[in-house]
Amino acid sequence: MEFSKKKWRMLRLAGDQRNASYPHCLQFYLQPPSENISLIEFENLAIDRVKLLKSVENLGVSYVKGTEQYQSKLESELRKLKFSYRENLEDEYEPRRRDHISHFILRLAYCQSEELRRWFIQQEMDLLRFRFSILPKDKIQDFLKDSQLQFEAISDEEKTLREQEIIASSPNSSGSKVVLESIYKIPFADALDLFRGRKVYLEDGFAYVPLKDIVAIILNEFRAKLSKALALTARSLPAVQSDERLQPLLNHLSHSYTGQDYSTQGNVGKISLDQIDSLSTKSFPPCMRQLHKALRENHHLRHGGRMQYGLFLKGIGLTLEQALQFWKQEFIKGKMDPDKFDKGYSYNIRHSFGKEGKRTDYTPFSCLKIILSNPPSQGDYHGCPFRHSDPELLKQKLQSYKISPGGISQILDLAKGTHYQVACQKYFEMIHNVDDCGFSLNHPNQFFCESQRILNGGKDIKKEPIQPETPQPKPSIQKAKDASSALASLNSSLEMDMEGLEDYFSEDS
Amino acid sequence: METFDPTELPELLKLYYRRLFPYPQYYRWLNYGGVIKNYFQHREFSFTLKDDIYIRYQSFNNQSDLEKEMQKMNPYKIDIGAVYSHRPNQHNTVKLGAFQAQEKELVFDIDMTDYDDVRRCCSSADICPKCWTLMTMAIRIIDRALKEDFGFKHRLWVYSGRRGVHCWVCDESVRKLSSAVRSGIVEYLSLVKKSINIIKKYFEEYALVNQDILKNKESWDKILALVPEIIHDELQQGFQKSHNSLQRWEHLKKVASRCQNNIKNDKYGPWLEWEIMLQYCFPRLDINVSKGINHLLKSPFSVHPKTGRISVPIDLQKVDQFDPFTVPTISFICRELDAISINEEEKEENEAESDVKHRTRDYKKTSLAPYVKVFEHFLENLDKSRKGELLKKSDLQKDF
Repeated sequence: MEFSKKKWRMLRLAGDQRNASYPHCLQFYLQPPSENISLIEFENLAIDRVKLLKSVENLGVSYVKGTEQYQSKLESELRKLKFSYRENLEDEYEPRRRDHISHFILRLAYCQSEELRRWFIQQEMDLLRFRFSILPKDKIQDFLKDSQLQFEAISDEEKTLREQEIIASSPNSSGSKVVLESIYKIPFADALDLFRGRKVYLEDGFAYVPLKDIVAIILNEFRAKLSKALALTARSLPAVQSDERLQPLLNHLSHSYTGQDYSTQGNVGKISLDQIDSLSTKSFPPCMRQLHKALRENHHLRHGGRMQYGLFLKGIGLTLEQALQFWKQEFIKGKMDPDKFDKGYSYNIRHSFGKEGKRTDYTPFSCLKIILSNPPSQGDYHGCPFRHSDPELLKQKLQSYKISPGGISQILDLAKGTHYQVACQKYFEMIHNVDDCGFSLNHPNQFFCESQRILNGGKDIKKEPIQPETPQPKPSIQKAKDASSALASLNSSLEMDMEGLEDYFSEDS
Repeated sequence: METFDPTELPELLKLYYRRLFPYPQYYRWLNYGGVIKNYFQHREFSFTLKDDIYIRYQSFNNQSDLEKEMQKMNPYKIDIGAVYSHRPNQHNTVKLGAFQAQEKELVFDIDMTDYDDVRRCCSSADICPKCWTLMTMAIRIIDRALKEDFGFKHRLWVYSGRRGVHCWVCDESVRKLSSAVRSGIVEYLSLVKKSINIIKKYFEEYALVNQDILKNKESWDKILALVPEIIHDELQQGFQKSHNSLQRWEHLKKVASRCQNNIKNDKYGPWLEWEIMLQYCFPRLDINVSKGINHLLKSPFSVHPKTGRISVPIDLQKVDQFDPFTVPTISFICRELDAISINEEEKEENEAESDVKHRTRDYKKTSLAPYVKVFEHFLENLDKSRKGELLKKSDLQKDF
């Protein structure tokens, strides 16, 4: 489908028309968007939604879903990223529009593999569950109707007739709650998960479902629809990927780190070399702490370790001169010839600072990069300890760091559940003696900054705001095809015809 | 009922399939009013022939085709499978993956051997009047749930011919249900609480008298296993003093309710009684039979090769009176037919009634008749429903 040849159709919406297009603060994403947006907005919306979904994932692991803490944190994320979540007095059109468009853009990126689909569906479901849970009762029926769900609330008379049975069938519900709640009558086959476990009252082929249980059913409907839609989208993917504007972004959205890259040197020169030993135990994340220790003990690190640790040190503020001195001092202790160091290793260090060769100023590795690429082998000390260390070894390490047994077991559980970054957050909380680290960890230098913030009581390294990097001709990480730089090279006046993409989401393509 | 001799089967079956098997009614059932094109033609049947030769993917064009084939092959057993996307007997010509099971009735199979651990009177293939009550309870419990909870209207219960019963749920919407929903229904039925009233009704006579579940130490030890340890001693003492199961059960109830007052725990009191009753009486379903759309189940009106009994429909109105030992065997009805034919020949020498007419009414002259009547009643209800649906549809389309 040659969507680039399609005519544009500008939708000018004003006032009531705008509200009509998004009547609710949440939606089922049944209709793809059909307006034009710029490529920059396309990219930004996508990045913002990935951030949102990653927060959803993170919060879902750190807190019990539905608790007040979870809800308030998720709400603030939504507010920060300017997506809709709750009806309020201000203009709702923009946040809802962003929500709508960004969802569909991410479908393009996340339909590509079974694993991506599963992740995407899970986070979108959690998001919908949250939004639904804060929807006022009187808005629910309208929302259900507009979402084409045939769930009808039964009348009060019908409810009283069956009150006893409904109360008896619903586990953990107190009688009075049932009386107040709406009860929905739906065909039994639509309530499979409820009736199979006898958690709902059945009569004559219908399930009488209280409001709180209808959520589960709605989410199942949503999951089924989204799953089907993603399968359809995947079929159209080759055509989408052939579009040069979209290809880099879509290919890397799911794997990209979308936060600060810690390459801007706001804190250059603030660290002195003799501070590093003590900093390594106080403010370094475990991955860097173990690299530092290995370097001190062996007076050597292999390439992977040098890259990971070296760039980290640059990120915390070491200058090139300091770095050269630091590495050379240590390597010489290992009986390395100083000249050999100058000839071999110093070139690499200067290279990583952007003073040699292409002069790309390499950025420190994010957690994602460390976790996903270049796994360590025997004799390596790089990687993420929560991901790459044997659990016994990890336990020993944590014990040597004087973490309490309770904390250790929590951390080990998180690591076992593949929540590596949350495990690291837990480590942060334990060594700083705080209940809540207050941030979502995705970069070792972030760990360092946050730690310094706490230890220095606020007056410290300037905290950069977490913003998506706007596409400027930016130095990219060693790995090729950085999404932003690819797009940045394009003329930003190119318009993105979203209408053309509509077909990728619908049945007829 | 005379004993049945399996070696006579080939001859008996020949007669049965030629003159007794109710083809018109059978076809009327599986054709479902001919509303959906090829519904009958795409239905899979499987036959087990003499010497245990088993053939699948049999399908037929119409009633007379069915008749001819059955008479030709003389199957010992007939199973009914799903309605497929293509004619099953041509499935090899279909592109790989395109031949799919699409619809089937929702079926349940309740087998007495599943209850061996709680039957004291018989074991494995045997049944007797004392344990048949288990089946009666099962039918009542499950039928109530299917009818009242799920709203299923067309439920055909069939005696399997030896030691169990089958249920065929034939509602139009039910035939389309997915495997997941079918599994869900079985799970639901395994948990039904309402059935406790039904069980209570039968419990005394069935469990305490007939099954004598508290007869002696060996049997009451089994019960004690279901009961919290703390009351074991007291129960044992009471059991030894009492004379029969009824007394012991009363004792158990007293002890259980007393404990409930002392300790707040819902393992006591009425829950305890129910727990035991359920363990001994509750229907046990094989989920695999029900969940697979392509599962094959014994056909109604087929013969059980070991007992000779016909798999006859059970009249729900008279389920308490149903006695599997009075179900006719194939030898019995064949002999009935022979006797009647001789009589008729003597009476109607001059009448030139066609052979076909004789054949179509032959079963009526035997003990098979009342069971076919039950089946016809079931079919009439199906017809009525169908007409109702068609009327609704044509109203909507404003066809007059």
